[in-house]
Amino acid sequence: MTERTEPLVELRDVKVHFPIKSGLLVDRTVGYVYAVDGVSLSINAGETYGLVGESGCGKSTLGRGLLRLVEPTDGEVVFDGTDVRSLKGESLRRTRRRMQMIFQDPLSSLDPRQSVESLLVEGLKAHGLADDKAATGKRLRETLDAVGLPGSALSKYPHEFSGGQRQRIGIARALVLNPELIVADEPVSALDVSIQAQVLNLLEDLQNERGLTYLIIAHDLAVVRHIADTVGVMYLGGLVEEASSDDLYREPMHPYTRALMSAVPVPDPLVEDRRERILLAGDLPSPTNPPAGCRFHTRCPWAQPTRCADERPALREVLGGHRVACHYAEEIAAGRIRPHEVEPELVRPDDGGSPGDTGELIPTP
Amino acid sequence: MSLLDVRDLSVVFQRRGERPFTAVDKVSFSVEPGQTVGLVGESGCGKSVTSLAIMGLLPKRGNKVTGEVRFEGANLLKLRPDDMRDRRGRDIGMIFQDPLSSLNPVIPIGVQVAEVLERHQGMDRRKALREARQLLDAVGIPDPERRLKEYPHQISGGMRQRALIAIALACKPRLLIADEPTTALDVTIQAQILTLLKQLVDETGTALIMITHDLGVVAGLCDTVNVLYGGKVVERAARHELFARPRHPYTHGLLNSVPRLDSVRGERLHAIRGSVADNIPWTEGCAFAPRCDHVVDACLEGAPPLEPTATGGDLRCNNPVPVEVTVP
Repeated sequence: MTERTEPLVELRDVKVHFPIKSGLLVDRTVGYVYAVDGVSLSINAGETYGLVGESGCGKSTLGRGLLRLVEPTDGEVVFDGTDVRSLKGESLRRTRRRMQMIFQDPLSSLDPRQSVESLLVEGLKAHGLADDKAATGKRLRETLDAVGLPGSALSKYPHEFSGGQRQRIGIARALVLNPELIVADEPVSALDVSIQAQVLNLLEDLQNERGLTYLIIAHDLAVVRHIADTVGVMYLGGLVEEASSDDLYREPMHPYTRALMSAVPVPDPLVEDRRERILLAGDLPSPTNPPAGCRFHTRCPWAQPTRCADERPALREVLGGHRVACHYAEEIAAGRIRPHEVEPELVRPDDGGSPGDTGELIPTP
Repeated sequence: MSLLDVRDLSVVFQRRGERPFTAVDKVSFSVEPGQTVGLVGESGCGKSVTSLAIMGLLPKRGNKVTGEVRFEGANLLKLRPDDMRDRRGRDIGMIFQDPLSSLNPVIPIGVQVAEVLERHQGMDRRKALREARQLLDAVGIPDPERRLKEYPHQISGGMRQRALIAIALACKPRLLIADEPTTALDVTIQAQILTLLKQLVDETGTALIMITHDLGVVAGLCDTVNVLYGGKVVERAARHELFARPRHPYTHGLLNSVPRLDSVRGERLHAIRGSVADNIPWTEGCAFAPRCDHVVDACLEGAPPLEPTATGGDLRCNNPVPVEVTVP
């Protein structure tokens, strides 16, 4: 593993806003979906950063924004010292070889009419790396071997594989270009539990062998905690807490993280029977019209009458390396503020498109 | 007498020109009044088909259902369609995975709840709607008066699942079947729905069959757990017993392969090798044998029988995991 002092990836105040268009003849922008609204984080080389949050919190959009698969509206995306947002044409293409993506659903992200060989060669060709036939063949077989698929898979098509194997093809496709950074968007959530473990182990092995840097995006806190060194928790387009995986689990400080942790079912009746659940009232507010102040204050059992509703808390370091976006993090940790009942607010999914659909809207130029 | 007694239930799908596929293979289990029973397994293990067969919701053609489903003594598989329709929703309620596709998008929610009451309890629309309002309130939907007139697309996923629960519980059924009721939901909403289900089951004394792939959901909810693999029950045990001392290598493997929130970090997950595609038919041996670390010669000589264990459960395995070596 290569140790570097400066981070491989640095995001500074990244925003991705999607306009909502309306009108029959002339498209008017009637509002924005604030999918990602000011996120700063950094990922060191060789490290795994896990991004968790519920659907619609902007975690996938952030991952895509990092690769410029959607254009960030504002902010800086620095990869290995260069601002990716300022790159164009050939230099962007060269940088993209070094950052690859693994998608959630291997069936829909693999073209059913392309053989595995064609799927893997496509990227190489695009980057002019497939000139030597013999070397390419060797490279493909080595890559398949690394993800645990036989060489005979090359001539087969995606439908001939099981879900776990398809995800291995998706990983091979990202790997074949020898990238430094891999963004994996829900890499195991479409898989059965027994297969999830295989894929998670594979991702870890590949990292150890090749010194890869990962950004793992997932909704499953247990998965993220298992694989990530650092975990960031997102809520409604913003990072609410960031800490090392162990710290975050040992002492979650943001009320949302606490609720999220207490909601994850643990396969152990002894734990389940004793647990205290923090049940959140109501649903996730719409990202078109996020609450003023702290975005979580409408559902927060610890919300206070002052500051919470009118001042958006910044992500600040509370303990060594533990960053929290909450005005009262210390008071809550010390038990000086007690949780109270929250009246659920009604959230309408038609307030401007369901949050899950935001990827299909056109990003602002 | 058990509330529900499923005996040797088999479902075979057959299409012309294709080999018949046995989705559910002689599954037997019973549910006592007020009990919560879990059916756990991965995709393709037959858990959903089992529930559809119990409810008589499988298509008429292309499959063969055999065995017995005795509900309070009466074999549901032998009932005339009209009689079955009387029982569905009144005696047995069902909640499906995806609330958006199980609600009618062009009918207001209130009417969909009231419908059940009109059909089974002979209420008129006005009275049924009043009752529906109370039901929506009971499942924790805010401002139920206004929700009555709204359509499914106007409320969120969690609220839709609540509405579905209200429909299923409208006639106070004695059995509720929940097929992956929280899989489509976010964790914090899942916690809300599971807490609500637990509370309603406690209050009304309804028995519950919980179908899920999530061992965590089972751990917090079910009294008895049936683990299904390849269409057969491979292990059945009381909740605490199953999680503390899983005996079947498949159950053991599953519990070891899930990353746990409270486990020590950096430990490698013990994956079960291969996939369901490697299964062998039960007629040739144990379906799990090709993926099993405990396989012995006897495993490839026909399906092992489901035998009672010393701890009151049942186990289908020739070489079970020894009691000492289990999940920490």
